Amino acid sequence: MNDPLVVVILSTAVIAGTPLLFAALGEILAERSGVLNLGVEGMMLVGAVSGYIATLLTGNHWAGVLAALAAGGMMGMIHAFISVSLRGNQVVSGLALTIFGTGLSAFLGKSYIGQPVPDVFKPVTVPLFSQIPYLGKIFFEHDALVYLSYIFVIVIWVLVFKTRWGLNLRAVGENPAAADSMGIPVYLTRYISVVSGGMLAGLGGAYLSLAYAPTWLENMTAGRGWIAVALVIFAVWHPWKALVGSYIFGGVDALGFHIQAMGEKALFLKDVSPFFLQMLPYILTIIVLILVTSETKKRRVGTPAALGLPYDREER
Amino acid sequence: MYKKVLALITVLLLAVTVLAGCGGGEDKAATGQQGEDKSQGEKTKVAFIYVGPAGDAGWSYAHDQGRKYLEENVPGIEVTPPLESVPENADAEQVLENLVQNGNKIIFATSYGYMDSVEKVAAKHPDVVFLHCSGYKVAENVGTYFGRIYQPRYLSGIVAGKTTKSNIIGYVAAHPIPEVVRGINAFTLGVRSVNPEATVKVVWTKTWYDPAKEKDAAKSLLTQGADVIAQHQDTPGPMQAAEEAGKFGISYNSDMREFAPNAVLTGPVWNWGPYYAKTVQAVLDGTWKSEQYWGPMGDGIVDLAPYGDMVSDEIKALVDAKKQEIVNGTWDVFTGPIKDNTGQERVAAGEKPTDKELLEMLWFVEGVDGTIPQE
Repeated sequence: MNDPLVVVILSTAVIAGTPLLFAALGEILAERSGVLNLGVEGMMLVGAVSGYIATLLTGNHWAGVLAALAAGGMMGMIHAFISVSLRGNQVVSGLALTIFGTGLSAFLGKSYIGQPVPDVFKPVTVPLFSQIPYLGKIFFEHDALVYLSYIFVIVIWVLVFKTRWGLNLRAVGENPAAADSMGIPVYLTRYISVVSGGMLAGLGGAYLSLAYAPTWLENMTAGRGWIAVALVIFAVWHPWKALVGSYIFGGVDALGFHIQAMGEKALFLKDVSPFFLQMLPYILTIIVLILVTSETKKRRVGTPAALGLPYDREER
Repeated sequence: MYKKVLALITVLLLAVTVLAGCGGGEDKAATGQQGEDKSQGEKTKVAFIYVGPAGDAGWSYAHDQGRKYLEENVPGIEVTPPLESVPENADAEQVLENLVQNGNKIIFATSYGYMDSVEKVAAKHPDVVFLHCSGYKVAENVGTYFGRIYQPRYLSGIVAGKTTKSNIIGYVAAHPIPEVVRGINAFTLGVRSVNPEATVKVVWTKTWYDPAKEKDAAKSLLTQGADVIAQHQDTPGPMQAAEEAGKFGISYNSDMREFAPNAVLTGPVWNWGPYYAKTVQAVLDGTWKSEQYWGPMGDGIVDLAPYGDMVSDEIKALVDAKKQEIVNGTWDVFTGPIKDNTGQERVAAGEKPTDKELLEMLWFVEGVDGTIPQE
């Protein structure tokens, strides 16, 4: 490998960040509509196992992607039903879904463990773009799902910030009562965003089982769903910042490993503990959390004011 | 208001579904006992608890293979469905207590962290035999067991040392504890016995189980020029990295060739089955005595995984010769002289460290390129 080490590390960061990015984008959608989804980890696991099984049965990884989307969407539907229609506690429902998803994915995947994925997502070089020095190698020599994540970032950004539907979505997350009186269908909007959020989480899981470390192992997400939840705060509910955040969160591990592998060659960096590096994104998240707690800042960065609050038309 | 109640019920239902899923093993255990009361009164019940899912393709999977072997090879027993992902805290005590209440007479606790729970529960039930994997606390009715996995690790080092062209071998290490350090040392001694030029580069992941992260750690080693990757974690992530880079790998725990058919040369594996069968039989016969068992390769509790096709007969012959010495007991891996990686002599020529010294090993042998982080 003749590429500068920085390029290699950043290229790894993009791959490591992609499952986080999918899940975080989904969580942004849900939270923008005012629904906190702590079931991301469970949704990712169910997505990972469904994608894996579907690919195994059909021999086509795109069938796996569809299955993961469907499975994640189903999980999202359960969450939406409990937290929107029944106005249940979003935290409890989310936690229950994570536990449920962990068990369900283990149950579904039991008989398939150890089988290699027949049709893995392989890196596809994007012509032209990959010719860009350094950036080409970092961003355009990956598999199709990574490119799909770029598209999703743009689409969701346009959707949330540049369309009427996005305006409605944010209104629902900000003040559902006001949105309701304006004739915006609050429940429908929340359903759509929570279900599509679940689909994206499922896709994030499938990225792990079909592209990143292609196989099914129980609990293979290893806490990435929770990282995604933290990431959304870090990204202050913004798709572009989620993209940057995912690569930072995903990249610190890669950076830590490279520093260790370089040994003496890493110069002053060799004294930096890899465990300190792994901690860094969370420290940043806490700092962001502190920064955005003041009311005025909240309004400016776009923390959904009605986040976590069930909406009841009769109680408004 | 009634909607809130409905929501609560839904959540509870979900929770119950989950709990039912987790508790499945115990339900079956209870059914089994009823069966026992009716027809098979004399069958001895044997139980297992695992720290991870039996489907992790690693540590708990290997124990589960052992459990199946036991079930097939020892008549007159009833093996309770294993309890998976039992946390290594006070919950384990409750789980063990339940197993005793359900009539289990022999209980295998297959992870280090169950040590204190086993000690407590065993003290209350002297008629039940407990076997605790990888711990050191024994009692009249508690034995410990483990395998000298460093022996096959040394042998896998020979294969790696003969295979490397760049003379850099990457080792994806888990947590900085003596068990892992001993493995790295044994592996490095094996590498250097056939290739004194080679060094073993170590990267710590501080995980036992995160396939994606462990794969990235292996990638960083490959970037630094490693052309053989060894690992200590329970997932095939590092092997997949080697496969993708067109390089080689030394797996761990179980045969991982399916995950990386062109990369995996071989790897140390656990083979608990014969030990489980032997021990349970001894308890049935009344000949079992509490002991601290650290099984050598000669007992078959540890071994090498089947070779990949690319391993030459010459290398296999080299490994077989060394294996014979280990099995015969004429030579062991840590026979001196051994220097640490600062050049200081740690084991004098012809001497062997005691088991205690091996179990507390926290220094690297010469040829290891890395440091042991403080936990």
